[in-house]
Parts: sequence; C-alpha cells; structure tokens
Amino acid sequence: MTPAPADPLDDAVLAARLFVLAPSTFKGMVLRGSSPAREALVAALGEALPLRRLPGDVDDERLLGGIDLAASLSAGRPVRQTGLIEEARGGALIAGMAERMDAGVAGRLAQALDEGGTALLLLDDAAEPEEAPPASLTERLAFLCDLSASRRWQGVELAPAAGRLADVAPLAENDLRALAATAEALGVENLRALIFAGEAARGLAALSGRAEAGKADLAGAVRLVLAARATRLPPQETETPPPEEPPPPDSPADDTSDSDRQQPEPDLSEILVEAAKAAIPAGLLEQLAAGKAPRRASSSGTGQKRKAATRGKPLGARPGMPRGGHKLALIASLRAAVPWQAVRRRENGMDADAPIIMRKEDLRIRRFEERAARVTIFAVDASGSAAAARLAEAKGAVELMLAQAYVTRSEVALVAFRGTSAELLLPPTRSLTRARRTLAELPGGGGTPLALGLNAARDVAEAAIARGRSAALVILTDGRANIAADGSPGRPQAAKDAETAAKAIASRQIDSLVVDISARPGPEGAALAAALGGRFLALPRADARMLKQAIDAVQPSARAA
Amino acid sequence: MARFPFSAIVGQDEMKQALLIAAVDPSIGGVMVFGDRGTGKSTAARALASLLPPIMAAEGCPYGASREDQARYPGVCGTGKMVKRPVPFVDMPLGATEDRVIGSLDLERALRSGEKAFEPGLLAKAHRGFLYIDEINLLEDHLVDLLLDVAASGENVVEREGLSVRHPAKFVLIGSGNPEEGELRPQLLDRFGLSVEVRTPKDIDTRIAIMKLVAENEADPEGFAGRWAGEDEAILKRVAKGKAKLPKLTPGEDVLRDAAELCLAVGADGLRGELTLMRAARALAALEGAKKVTRKHLIEIAPSALRHRLRRDVLDETGSTTRITRAIAELFG
Repeated sequence: MTPAPADPLDDAVLAARLFVLAPSTFKGMVLRGSSPAREALVAALGEALPLRRLPGDVDDERLLGGIDLAASLSAGRPVRQTGLIEEARGGALIAGMAERMDAGVAGRLAQALDEGGTALLLLDDAAEPEEAPPASLTERLAFLCDLSASRRWQGVELAPAAGRLADVAPLAENDLRALAATAEALGVENLRALIFAGEAARGLAALSGRAEAGKADLAGAVRLVLAARATRLPPQETETPPPEEPPPPDSPADDTSDSDRQQPEPDLSEILVEAAKAAIPAGLLEQLAAGKAPRRASSSGTGQKRKAATRGKPLGARPGMPRGGHKLALIASLRAAVPWQAVRRRENGMDADAPIIMRKEDLRIRRFEERAARVTIFAVDASGSAAAARLAEAKGAVELMLAQAYVTRSEVALVAFRGTSAELLLPPTRSLTRARRTLAELPGGGGTPLALGLNAARDVAEAAIARGRSAALVILTDGRANIAADGSPGRPQAAKDAETAAKAIASRQIDSLVVDISARPGPEGAALAAALGGRFLALPRADARMLKQAIDAVQPSARAA
Repeated sequence: MARFPFSAIVGQDEMKQALLIAAVDPSIGGVMVFGDRGTGKSTAARALASLLPPIMAAEGCPYGASREDQARYPGVCGTGKMVKRPVPFVDMPLGATEDRVIGSLDLERALRSGEKAFEPGLLAKAHRGFLYIDEINLLEDHLVDLLLDVAASGENVVEREGLSVRHPAKFVLIGSGNPEEGELRPQLLDRFGLSVEVRTPKDIDTRIAIMKLVAENEADPEGFAGRWAGEDEAILKRVAKGKAKLPKLTPGEDVLRDAAELCLAVGADGLRGELTLMRAARALAALEGAKKVTRKHLIEIAPSALRHRLRRDVLDETGSTTRITRAIAELFG
C-alpha cells in the first residue's frame, strides 16, 4: 500500500458534503488558510447551497433587520429591510476574514446558530498565532479545515449523498464510548465537539447510503471533527511517530465496502485515536509536541478592538451616514432638519402639517471617545543569575500587579527571557487565571539574553500601540547581559546589543521601569534604565509586596503620560 | 425549535439548583455561571424559562404589566386586558448597544411625525422574567454597570435624547462566562446573588449519556420534549410550591448566627453576602418543602452564595470553594 500523501482538501470536501447533507445539524465550517483550494471548495459549496456574503462591517440593522434609513427618508415612510440572518435561512452565511470579526457580530451569530436555521462558513485568514475567529463561533461549527497547505484546486465536486441522515440508526453504545474515549485522549473537552463527531459518523454512513455507521465512519468523524480540536497528543505506547505521519488509512467516503477490513479487532477507540493522530494538522502537532496547549481558541472577543464609533464617552455629533457601526444622533439630526422645514415644504408643495422632511445631509452621527486601554508588559529575566533568589519574588510582584490590573481593567502581557531566547508567554490579557498559571510554570536558568528580551517586549508594546493602546514596560532583570541579540554568548556584544535594544524602546517613547532584581545591584541596571530613558529601582532586599509598592509608586506618573 | 427540556440536562446539579432557587426567589439577585464552553450553560438557562408557568400580563404591553402594578404604566398597559404569556426570556447578545438595552427614542415615529416616543428596550422585555447574558465577562463595562444597577433597583430610568422615562424592570439576571477569557470586576461579581462553577463532565459515561440525549432530541425534538414533559412538570410544581411557601419561612436566630459566623470565617466582604446566604438558604428550604430553614440548607448553599465574594488573595492558590468548605468543616464540624 503506497497511498499518495493525502491532501487536506480531501477531508475538507468530505466535511463539506456532510455539511450540505445536514446544514442545520452541522451548523457550518471554518476554512482556514487562503488558497485556491478554498476558493474551489467555496464555489462548490455555493452550487449546493445558497451562500450569502457577510460583510465584516455589518451593522445590527443589516444583520437582524430593521429600518432602512436611506430608503425611509426618500420614501417618506418607514421602509423595513430583512436582516442577513433571516435572508440566509436555508442556505449559509459566509464571512471572510473571520479572524477580524467584531465580537458583537459574533455574539449575534452565535445566538442565531443556537436558535437553529442558520449555518455559517467562516473563512479564517489569520496570519498571527493569536488571531483567530471568535471562539464562540468556532465551537458551534462542526468542521475546522485547514486548507493552507493544500496543493490542489481542480476537480472539487461535492458528490451528492446516497442516503439521508435521518435514515441512519443512532450510534451504538460501543461507538459512543469509543468516540468519547477518543475525545478524552485528544483532550477535547467541549461536549459540542463530541456531539458533532457522533452526528458526523452517522452523516458519513448516510453519504454512502448505509443505515448504520461503521468503523470507517467513526474514524472519519474523528478525523473531521475531533482531530483539529486536539489539545494534546494521545498517550503513546510505542516510540514517538514523526510529525510526518502516514496519511489516514483510507478515505472512507467513496469506497462503499469494507468498513471492517482492519486487522483482527484492535480496540475500537485505539483505531480512532490512530485515525485522529494522522489527521492533526501539522502546525498544531508541533505545538502539541512542544507541550503547549494551543491557546488560539481562548481569545474570543476581548482581543478585538472596537472602533470608537459605538462606545465610550459621547462626544459631539458630526454629519455623516449612520452605517459601518456609526450610530445616528437623532436629536442632532432633527435639529439640523428643523430650520429647513418651511423651505422644504414649499419646495415639495406640501402643506404645513406634513411630517418632517429630512434629507441625507441632515443626518448626524454620534462620536465617542474611547479611553485608550493600558497594557503593562512585564519582561522578566529568568536567567540563572537572576533566577536564584529573585525570580520567585519577581513572580510575586507580577501577580500583585496583575491583581491591580484587573481592578483597573488594564491589560497585562508577560515576556520571559533566558538561555538563548525570549518568549511571549502571555499576550496582552485581562485574565488573572491565565496569567497566574503561566507565571507559576515559568522556569528559570540559563544565560541572560537581555537584548532579545527587550526586543520581544518592544514588539508587544508596538503591537499594543498599533491597536490604539498605551503601553508601559516593566523590566525585571539584573542587567547582566551575556547573550547577544543573535543568540551567541559573549558579554561585550550582549551589552552592546542590549543598549541598542533599549535605545530603540526609548526612541518609541515607551514608558519603562527597570527593577534590578540582583542580590547586589551593580551599575548595569541603572545604565539600562538610562538607555531606556526610564526609571530605575534597585531592590537589594525587597519582598514581593515592597516591590509592588515600588511599581505602584511609578505607575501614576507613567499613567499620566 | 423546541427548547431542550430542563430535566433532561445531565449532571450540572449545582447550576440547576441555583437557577431554581433564583426562580423561587428572584430577589436573590441573579446567578453567575462560570465555566468552560460547551457545558450546557446556555441550554440550562434557556430551558428554565420555558419550564416556568406563564404569567398574566396586559395585552400588547411591551413592558408585561401585571394586574397589581398595571396602573403604573402608560397607554395600553394601564388599561389592556390580561392575557397569558410565557415568562419572558431575553437572550442578550454581547454586541448589544445601550440603546437596545435600555430603550431609546422611537426612530420610526420620530422620523415619520417628529413625535417623541419611547421605544422600550431589552430591559422592558425582560421584566418579570430572565435576562441571560452569555460571556458577560466580555460585555462592555458601562453596560454591565447599568444592568446590575437596574437589576438591583428593579426600575429602568432613561434620561437621554430628551426622553424622561421610567418603567419597572425586575428580572433575574443570569450571566455566564469563562474566567480564562477575562474576569468580571469584583464589584460587579458581588452584585450577583449566586455563582456556580460548571465543568465539562469528564466521566465517559456521563458524556455518553449526554450524546445520546442530544442525538435523541435532534432526531425528534417534539417527541423528546414530550417524553420529558412529566419530569419538567414535577419541577415546575416544586418551584410553584416553593414560591408559595417562601413568605411563610423565616430563618431562626440560630441560622442567622451561623450565616454571620460563616461569612466572618471566610472573610466574605460586606453585608450582602450574609443577606444573600440567608435568603438563598430560605429559598432552598422552600424549594425542598422543608418546614423550617436549617443549618443543612445553609451549608448546602454556602458555596454558591459566597464563593464569588471572597477577597482575592493572588498569592493563595486555594480555590474559593475549598476555602468555604474548609470553613464550614471548622465551624460546624
């Protein structure tokens, strides 16, 4: 048996056929990675189901229906429009750039999905690991397909199903058990996923016109639904298989026959786990193998930044059309229209008790001021020299700061540097729970790649600033850099690189504070602070609480900036 | 689509109990459900509403005026005849704007006739029922403030866009969210009466049972609801009986003392904890049809009533629930 490496498109096509078979059961698909394969698949789906495009800046009126303002004004009577959700019933909504979808829109869609009758295709073009479509939606859709590695685009066809989902018997107890055990092995806790997997197994049977789901169907369901949601690798019995796994045993879709030609009866859940392992996307596999649970899904709506068009403190109104998230300032609009009424009535030949005549140019929209949220980025030196006594205290201080941050609702990010690398342990978050866990797991030891740490922290700060936040750095280090920016050891070069990195931060005018956490502070910490243009605190013998007081004392002036 | 029956929800006993207690005594102040995605939070909240008996309200009244307070409402509400309507259940989406929530100037009438009229919002719709907010931890702060304020005062006051309107808005606030994705400020948490933690059931048998039930429901929603109607009915009766019994129950001196001691021991700030604990114990006793409120009720409900009120000690890894059970063990043996 020499099967050609399976293309991700095969499974995506299979998933699409299942989706078309029962849109209301499977709710939809997430198609990740912009590729010709995805376009071909969407086109094929479009032939099977009516698809409605969902623009990214859709507003409530358009989504749920409401008054069509422009039409109402020109008609002189209220004109209603149906919402996209309503219009797409019986077909599916398709949203491009789903990773940038507004949390509000996602909330509405999630509700519509729960109520039933709505199906959704999300096109996920995320490039950064922390970008992802809203988790509230992805968890409600059965299939997550990654097509970015697909090499194919021709001959994408969704073969019609041979049977109906309703004609397939419910899964047997044993099959349910095997699915549940597989989900467990893969660390898929969400019950929705498990339920989707069960339905997908029946759906696969329906595609080939069988009345009962067989082993191949179960394996297919695991591949299509559970594998992409894995949060850990299944326990290994033999040696670790290389990431380049042999492809899934066969694609159970088209061959009608042998669901039981496997070797004599290995345990069903083992077969399923094997099937899943083969189907876990390569990127995810690497992450999992590195022992990191993928955190993609957890970033839901908070990460996305709202425009100041809808929230915050109201400012004045200004002329404009109420769309793209802008809200109509009604009073201001009426006020603008009133002086012209006499003239307009005359123009239109209307009598004096005619309703108010509004024109497009009367419309005013509201403006809001959104206070820039603050992100405090902690860069923690976890090197051997710093680690010994101070790391625990630094951790404690950061925890106390986190508690503070969550009262003031500012965000916190955590960068750690040690050995030959710096790592963003925690992207800006408000979650104390996550931050605390990340911190507790932070190991210490190795060299001091100060330059790398500073650069990583600057990246985070710049990203935050780009999103309209203000950023501040708190650097906890002993300042004794001994790893250069390129990862090579050597004090002189390391110190030089650190200075360059510090000056880059200073040139961006990012507030910073250096906390010297060495047992006997030398000149390095102060020099670093000077290069950063920031403040310096030496803490020869402070505990976490004192450290926190010191940081607090610096905060107000930083905040005023 | 028929709602998933309340009684068919497997496990999650603490959440179900808290929701029923809130239904028995809405004055407790809402339920906050913490937990992972896909644990049946929304399902339970939605199921509860369809379980409750219909209410009588003025016909065509957007506020759902009841016979008792009919006179307080303007227009059709003050005069309309009483008809049955289901207990309102408002599912508030994350992106809801302030206008939609508290109500706003009626755009249609303003445009058509320049008339200044109030268009009631979600708060009016939720009056005498439930307001459910999924992912409440991601909701805009100012909206959460506003909601809790209205929930506490039972009245929605609108002073904006030249409108001056006030109308009753009494509802049970149910929030849910995953603390991993962002936290609620402690001030806001404290306003919730009860809080429960739900976890994805890890036990394979439970998970299988859930899959089976969901598949059954999917295949034949009507029939499925029919099969569970009896059990739902029994729960409904318990709630109705509990409601009737509630005014007759007064916690004795001993229970009050227990409540005060427990709050002191766990360091739950403020009087609100004590009050809620007492009320919740009473509602639980009513729900169980007990003759009086006892220490047992208090102990049973204490984790739900107090766990979100403990002062956070970031350096202490012990969970709130553990701290409460420990205190209970020390105090009451």
